[in-house]
Amino acid sequence: MKVKVLYFAALREQLGTAGEEIELPSGVGTVAALRAHLRGRGGAWQAALAEGKLVRMAVNQDMAKPSAAIKAGDEVAFFPPVTGG
Amino acid sequence: MKVSVQAQDFDAGAEIRALSRDPKVGAVASFVGVVREVGMTLEHYPGMTERALQRIVDEARGRWQVADCTVIQRVGALRPTEQIVLVVVASSHRGDAFAACEFIMDYLKTQAPFWKKEAAGWVEARAADDKAAERWSAREDEPRNRMK
Repeated sequence: MKVKVLYFAALREQLGTAGEEIELPSGVGTVAALRAHLRGRGGAWQAALAEGKLVRMAVNQDMAKPSAAIKAGDEVAFFPPVTGG
Repeated sequence: MKVSVQAQDFDAGAEIRALSRDPKVGAVASFVGVVREVGMTLEHYPGMTERALQRIVDEARGRWQVADCTVIQRVGALRPTEQIVLVVVASSHRGDAFAACEFIMDYLKTQAPFWKKEAAGWVEARAADDKAAERWSAREDEPRNRMK
């Protein structure tokens, strides 16, 4: 199951990438599980997506809770709390 | 209803006049955000940004009588004193116009995917902005329920 993952602002800089396509291992079916999976890469991933960090998430361009389900073809985004206006 | 995410500046007067032409409109409330003290660059999430702004506008229309409304958020590099955001709400009466305008700004600041970066680094989200947005869910019919 493939999903497109995007990173924005400070998160994009910390991770050194704006996005990627990921083949999800079986068992990774929510945004929170995807975050944990990415954290498993260690280094900057472990630090930027650490559990205590405030990271907002969106699925298919709508704000999503950690428990939100993801399916093949979805666009999932991780970013810091927003600061527009 | 107009929602725009753009690099170029806007003419607030022209946008306000454009919403004043309906004879049913008796009140037009507007808010202009201006870059303060230091320059910045605004990043956004193309696609989701417009979608999020549209949702906020739709939510405001569900809560108040809104005849028309315009939201413009600028992105890219901005210098001090430049206009950064505009919200204009037209309604029959001022109560709805004021409330919807403030609601849209509060939600824009906490729900729409924009991020400010200054020379010193990324701007941190403010707890006060979350509080400002939360009061609308706590007592949604009371626009005067301002935080201390």
